[in-house]
Amino acid sequence: MRGHAGSWAALVHRLSGIALALFLPVHFWAIGHTLESAASFDALLEWTNRPLVKFAEWGIVVLLAAHLAGGLRILALEFLPWRDWHKGLAAAATGVALAVGLAFALAL
Amino acid sequence: MVWRGTADGSFQTFEVPRYASQTVLDVVTHIQRALDPTLAYRYACRVGMCGTCAMTVNGVARWTCRTHIDKVAKDGALEIAPLRNLPVIRDLVTDMGEFFDKWAKARGRFEGTATRKDDFANVTPQSAARVQVDAAIECIGCGVCYASCDVVTWNRDYLGPAALNRAWTLLNDARDTANAERLRAVAGDAGCHACHTHVSCTERCPKHIAPTAGIAGLKRAVVKAALRGEL
Amino acid sequence: MTFRNETLLWMLQRASAAVLVLCVVVHLATMIYAIRGGLSAAEILGRTRGSYGWLAFYSVFVLACAVHVPIGMRAVLTEWLAWRGSSRDIALAVFAALLAALGMRAVMGVFL
Repeated sequence: MRGHAGSWAALVHRLSGIALALFLPVHFWAIGHTLESAASFDALLEWTNRPLVKFAEWGIVVLLAAHLAGGLRILALEFLPWRDWHKGLAAAATGVALAVGLAFALAL
Repeated sequence: MVWRGTADGSFQTFEVPRYASQTVLDVVTHIQRALDPTLAYRYACRVGMCGTCAMTVNGVARWTCRTHIDKVAKDGALEIAPLRNLPVIRDLVTDMGEFFDKWAKARGRFEGTATRKDDFANVTPQSAARVQVDAAIECIGCGVCYASCDVVTWNRDYLGPAALNRAWTLLNDARDTANAERLRAVAGDAGCHACHTHVSCTERCPKHIAPTAGIAGLKRAVVKAALRGEL
Repeated sequence: MTFRNETLLWMLQRASAAVLVLCVVVHLATMIYAIRGGLSAAEILGRTRGSYGWLAFYSVFVLACAVHVPIGMRAVLTEWLAWRGSSRDIALAVFAALLAALGMRAVMGVFL
């Protein structure tokens, strides 16, 4: 079925959500390392400096920003009275997500 | 290419002469009259008022009588299939039974208590509620929104945009008295809460209705009722 | 599951989403700030150890996730994997408990 802005927005929202759902338990487990010692946490942070891991980290940040932006779009569509410009929210959401990704990349 | 057969069928290719201002319905009609009389399809008014001729053209649900060949035939080729999400009876004809059953399940039927002995109902056309109704009332039940909805494909119980849109118009109808039960009918996994705002229904509706808006309205109305303990 | 409970799940999803908007914005801003010049345990723990503010923030964050993620996955499991019925909901409840447990363990890890 031919895609349009709304169905792409929904797909990105869903796929980013699934990725984050899989990432979160790992993220929590990793931070739990701090319970053992600051040293073991540092060792983990060392591992995250590898380029591929840093790239994946950046990817997760972009996915989080995308999921947030898509979520705001849904909240707007569901709770605000309907306006025709709401169809443009998908584009706005994409812009926001990419901006955040850029900010993170620059900070690295 | 035209779909032949039932759910397990296949596309059959026909060569059809092209002329100016030709529509997809013209093409299908030519095939049935001149090339293969066994082709099954539906139409009625052929002027964009009844919605009977709705089919899937190049993957998109449209009214074939209102779809000009110039707009859709890439390199002079077209793919015509029956509407999605509905059982195929044969070729381009679908069984719209479940579409209308869901309409009933959503309590998409007017229920009032006034009788002929009562005075006329006084409904201000500019009232907020009536404006909402008027924006959504022109639905003719063509099924294009239903065929375009991914959630209907993924969740066979989902009532769908048309049924929910109709429930929304009745919710805002000052004369209707069945709203408590109607909200219960449209709440839950099979109802408005399954809508994930793909907005395909609004994108494809040939009458430019926005079922997404009505479904969002239903979501808000259900929450209000739930918080008041009225659901 | 009744339509009333399904409505409740929908409301919890939107409520937790509203909470998460704030948490995620704060978290992203903090991370973008913190990651400059590289990460180290000392730097991170220097901020969070003994801080009741961060403890409260991350606890709310974790619990909102434990609500939001499983309800979100419920739609995915139903629509894309055709998994219906109470087995799906029980699996999701277990997932929610797992997220809450692992999450709070992480929160205590940076607080204590």
